Amino acid sequence: MEAKKLCKFLKTPATSARKILAAVIGMVLIFGAGPLMAKSDTATGQVKTSTADHGQFESLQKEFTSGPDVTKACLECHTEAAKQVHKTKHWTWEYKNEDTGQLLGKRNVINNFCISTQSNIGSCSSCHAGYGWKDDSYDFTVEENVDCLVCHDTTGVYDKKRLDAGKTSNLDKIAQSVGRTSRTTCGACHFKGGGGKAVKHGDLDPSFDAPDTFIDVHMDADGLNFSCSTCHTTDAHMVSGSRYASKARDVGGIDVPGKSDGSRATCVSCHGDRPMKNEKLNDHTDRVACQTCHIPHFARGDYASKMWWDWSTAGKMDANGKPYSEFDQAGNEIYNSKKGDFVWQRDVVPEYRWFNGSVLYTLPSDKFDPEKVVEINRFLGDANDPKALIWPIKLMRGKQPYDVVNKTLAIPHTTGEDGYWKKFNWQDALTKGMAAADLPYSGEYGFVETNMSWAMAHMVAPAKESLNCIDCHAQDGRLSSIEGIYIPGRDSFPWLDYGAIAMLILTALGVGGHGALRFFFNRRNSHVK
Amino acid sequence: MTATTTTTAPADTSTQAPSAPTRIYIFKGFERFWHWAQALLIMVMALTGFEIHGTYALFGFEDAVFLHTTTAWVLIGLWVFAIFWHLTTGEWRHYIPTLDKLMAVAKFYAFGIFKGEHHPYKPTQQRKHNPLQLLAYLGFKLAMAPAIWISGLLYLYYNDWAAWGLGWLELWMIALVHTAAAFALLIFLVGHVYLTTTGHTPFAHIKAMITGWEELED
Repeated sequence: MEAKKLCKFLKTPATSARKILAAVIGMVLIFGAGPLMAKSDTATGQVKTSTADHGQFESLQKEFTSGPDVTKACLECHTEAAKQVHKTKHWTWEYKNEDTGQLLGKRNVINNFCISTQSNIGSCSSCHAGYGWKDDSYDFTVEENVDCLVCHDTTGVYDKKRLDAGKTSNLDKIAQSVGRTSRTTCGACHFKGGGGKAVKHGDLDPSFDAPDTFIDVHMDADGLNFSCSTCHTTDAHMVSGSRYASKARDVGGIDVPGKSDGSRATCVSCHGDRPMKNEKLNDHTDRVACQTCHIPHFARGDYASKMWWDWSTAGKMDANGKPYSEFDQAGNEIYNSKKGDFVWQRDVVPEYRWFNGSVLYTLPSDKFDPEKVVEINRFLGDANDPKALIWPIKLMRGKQPYDVVNKTLAIPHTTGEDGYWKKFNWQDALTKGMAAADLPYSGEYGFVETNMSWAMAHMVAPAKESLNCIDCHAQDGRLSSIEGIYIPGRDSFPWLDYGAIAMLILTALGVGGHGALRFFFNRRNSHVK
Repeated sequence: MTATTTTTAPADTSTQAPSAPTRIYIFKGFERFWHWAQALLIMVMALTGFEIHGTYALFGFEDAVFLHTTTAWVLIGLWVFAIFWHLTTGEWRHYIPTLDKLMAVAKFYAFGIFKGEHHPYKPTQQRKHNPLQLLAYLGFKLAMAPAIWISGLLYLYYNDWAAWGLGWLELWMIALVHTAAAFALLIFLVGHVYLTTTGHTPFAHIKAMITGWEELED
């Protein structure tokens, strides 16, 4: 039927232009409109399939004067949106870990990058999904303070800092172009965690705006072109896949409607737990996270990641008494008077840990032994824990201030006109910081070495780049520090090996001696004869 | 070669009845094939097995695992045939242990062999192994081989232990048994190869395992 119509159409006299057009349309239909459409917006990792054109909505046809002004317009239709956002960590910056009882989230934890949001929230909140968080008096119930645009901008022009500084004039254009989140919108904060591009995560950096297949096989802009939300499935603004409540081992298999937990933020959600052709490789998935073999290195993109941050060397001035910076040949800042020394690395081999999804933090109130390296966030789980797998991590190391008497990590007030970055006075900064956080400070500070673990889940390499057997099945392999399991090629029983080799040598000597005696006596016997 | 030895017997045996056989057909075709195929497979398995164990690098871990697993299955297949052959032909009777002449054979290897004495045991088509040899092979077949195979199969099916009710097992236990059995086999191999040279000529036994014909000592 269709074919007949097509023949008739081709036979009818028509201009060659019409025929060419028809052919082109036909080709497109046959050879995949899908890929072409999917590539329509590769830079943002977004496929435009919305049924609504926000440019036609009357509520958005006006001059907006502020961010909250836009949000009010959004809420006219999306009545529940702000209430939903208010429940998320993107808004509260707080998370209660029911396993450990710890109150976590950006508001409460300490890290070994910029150390703490407490007393510095005015600057840190540039990555808060809301407007106007300057200090502790912030009202978390105000709906119009939710920043819709930071996640839903599709123009790439929206800039929270510029907006705060009153430098954004095209809010109406931005508002009329809203759409789904994209790698770029998520990346506005998550690619720059720790105060700059590629600083914090190691497996997330601005390479992901338009990654190639070598950086990540799923997000490859010319290939599958996944957005963040393709895996971090979201319901009622609640984004799945949190590092505060990680699902280190997904035993649920492939997620299908009806049996799914609604989250695709694990490899197993799509691939199952035995996805490889080689069954022996599949046998590993009860102990080894997919990421361990398939993220062989991190910081594989265009950026080095920060691996060491030594706050103890901060405060040096140049010849003119002014703060200064030093850069390495690759252009990475290796010293900054405000922050101390840095070490950056690319193509980094991860470290490996047992991880059951739960993390125990050293919170500002927790005491520690300053003689040892302080583990700011210890990954829990071991070989006997059925929820734990061996995971690759970025281990961020550095030195940071602590209270020598109370033996607790110390919070400096770094930002603002009266912070360390302007005054370069640790005593002053720590006194203000600890007071703002309502924590005791003895007045004596020192610097303690700390480390922090960041689970690797992005920068999934092409299969041929994944680890080989020998990378772990060797005595000095990647898993040399993993305890509690027997790894062939890494482990052995030395008493058995040495004992057995000794017996082998004795046997060889025995038969050798026996043979020598035979030879000797045979010759003598034949002489006698 | 064998023909000449049977016709031109040394002078001091000429007193024996000329009808006495000087050689017997002792290893049948399948048995010889089984022996040499098994020898080759076991050597490949030892070579790859100790690489997997981390003793040295030769094929590379991944290829070593592939070779080790493949040869394991081939060897198991071979043994299925061998067991079938032993049962259906009655050849299994050669492995019924006996104390008869056991001490005599042991004494021969300890002393007599140096004095130029004759082996106290004469193989027959009903009893091709001497009693000491028989015990060693029985030990190989009933202890070493099952230990290495059962542990090896468990090693291969590590992920199914829980389903088989063996959840209490741990990999190190299996690795321990498997490695210990492998060493035992290696020690067996050294003794075995040496003892092949103790015939009336150093290569007499090996020749028998190739041709099937054992030349009888006079």
